[in-house]
Amino acid sequence: MWKDVGNFMVAHGDKIVAWTLQHLYIVLVANAAAMVLGVLIGIYISGKGRERIAETVIYLASIMMTVPSLALYGILMGILHALLLPSIGFLPVVIALTLYGLLPIIRNTHTAIREVDPAMVEAARGMGLSRKQILLKVELPLAVPVIMAGLRQAIVMNIGIAAIGSYIGAGGLGQPIFRGIANYRQDLIMIGALCVSGLAIVMDGVMGGVERLLTPKGIRMRRRQ
Amino acid sequence: MIRLESVSKVYPDGTAAVKDLSLEIGQGEFCIFLGPSGCGKTTSLKMINRLIPLSGGKILIDGVDTMQQNPNELRRGIGYAIQGIGLFPHLTVAENIATVPKLKGWSKAKQHSVAQELLDLVGLEPDTFIDRYPCELSGGQQQRVGVARCLGGDPPILLMDEPFGAIDPITRNRLQDEFLKIQDQLKKTIVFVTHDLNEAIKMGDKIALMRNGELMQYADPSTLLNAPKDQFVRDFIGADRVLKGLRLLRARDVMQDPPVTMRDDDDAATVRDELDRAGMQWAMVTNAQGRFLGWITADELEPGKTVGEVLIPPDVTAMPGTPLNEALSMMFNSAIGTLAVVDGKHQMIGVLSFDILRDVLGQQAADSQMAAKSDADGGVA
Repeated sequence: MWKDVGNFMVAHGDKIVAWTLQHLYIVLVANAAAMVLGVLIGIYISGKGRERIAETVIYLASIMMTVPSLALYGILMGILHALLLPSIGFLPVVIALTLYGLLPIIRNTHTAIREVDPAMVEAARGMGLSRKQILLKVELPLAVPVIMAGLRQAIVMNIGIAAIGSYIGAGGLGQPIFRGIANYRQDLIMIGALCVSGLAIVMDGVMGGVERLLTPKGIRMRRRQ
Repeated sequence: MIRLESVSKVYPDGTAAVKDLSLEIGQGEFCIFLGPSGCGKTTSLKMINRLIPLSGGKILIDGVDTMQQNPNELRRGIGYAIQGIGLFPHLTVAENIATVPKLKGWSKAKQHSVAQELLDLVGLEPDTFIDRYPCELSGGQQQRVGVARCLGGDPPILLMDEPFGAIDPITRNRLQDEFLKIQDQLKKTIVFVTHDLNEAIKMGDKIALMRNGELMQYADPSTLLNAPKDQFVRDFIGADRVLKGLRLLRARDVMQDPPVTMRDDDDAATVRDELDRAGMQWAMVTNAQGRFLGWITADELEPGKTVGEVLIPPDVTAMPGTPLNEALSMMFNSAIGTLAVVDGKHQMIGVLSFDILRDVLGQQAADSQMAAKSDADGGVA
């Protein structure tokens, strides 16, 4: 079987690259959306007096994670069809991955903002920073590393889930897997699995680098101590 | 000038944190809010810059009601330092200090020069520290940057909430001394919260002693110590209030000229004559340049030897700026219970003794009681 895998890779390298790029594209679009939504929701629920809302939102996002992806695709297909939108392929998969990606991002944004030292926020208020300035100049810069860790987690997780999206025609690295299952081709299944895992490992490394890059220097130095 | 008029704070659960507080803090005055925890001192401080909204009464700064100003504008005009320091860890020392200047829209160049000046003022070498991050500083250094930051926008008023509370006693003492020097230079109007009576006595021009949200006594440190208004104030100050009063005075305020001074090249007979004439047991010894060398008593004198050969060298000497509590402690360590006061070049300029201190304290107590009595008679609250 390993020989078949090798042969296929040599003969169809271009296909593997195409599937991988398609896969990555779906994941990145979905996570970009999850990032924007997640951070906004995270900021909103971290506001004063919104503890109950925060609990509910995080609870709902956790429930979302327990819905099997195949079922979620099916549900979304129904909704999109009713809305006269494309109900198979790219759109339902991106929406599903966005929903899955929300939880780590919302949760990390919320935790990071809530854990900013209250003394620091009070000092900022006492010096005349407005609520918005405190958020943009103190809380968010301090929260960036934790938010990025959430995004990293979401991306790695979604790379796995996206493979199932091929079932409803979104393409990507699920294609060789589903074809392999249908045609009893172990080599195709293996190629799909290897590429999905490889992509996840590479993206984890890349996002780790981005996380470090975006961490303010003063915080990075404090961690080293 | 800051005026609190019948200020009160009641929390939604009904707790009255501050009750009917009225007091006035003059321009350039160093005012301490003092009291046990939960007495309302921090709440009162935070109502001045509206971090905590008032439930009743009003606060006027230079005659303007603080409620009529935008809270953020108001706060940018008032320096604010807290015990937790609250430096921004993601910003450099320079950026931290320039927080308010930046909010006020000062130019980059001016922000930078302000940071440099203030670092210099708080005793941190600007070139070394300006680009560092808070995590690279010791606790004491962070506190200095905290003080520099609250001076950043050159505010006429500073609010400080136990700014030296979280550091070790030695560093705290040094920061207190340095901050007093800075205040001598800048003459800011300062409201300073502490629960430490010694800090209050050392730093304050006026002390507002509070309990359970009420103002118990508002007076200068000497009056507070010598004429406590009631039993609570007396208890808070402690039975050693007279000793605490000593730190209000410095050696230069009470020292006297030495009764007998001899030179190191005088011989035994001359000294004996001088001591007999003055009716003294001891004399102070200097060299020809007036440098203090030590003490001589009749017992040490030996015929044929000069004073310089037999004198008792001093264990300790006081400086003109030494607080009297420290001077008293030195006296207990000194061989003859008398303390020489010397200047920076070790020139003898005076002497302190137990008798002098006792007279001074007696006088101080009498004066304050008189002042307190005339205040009361005049009907001034």
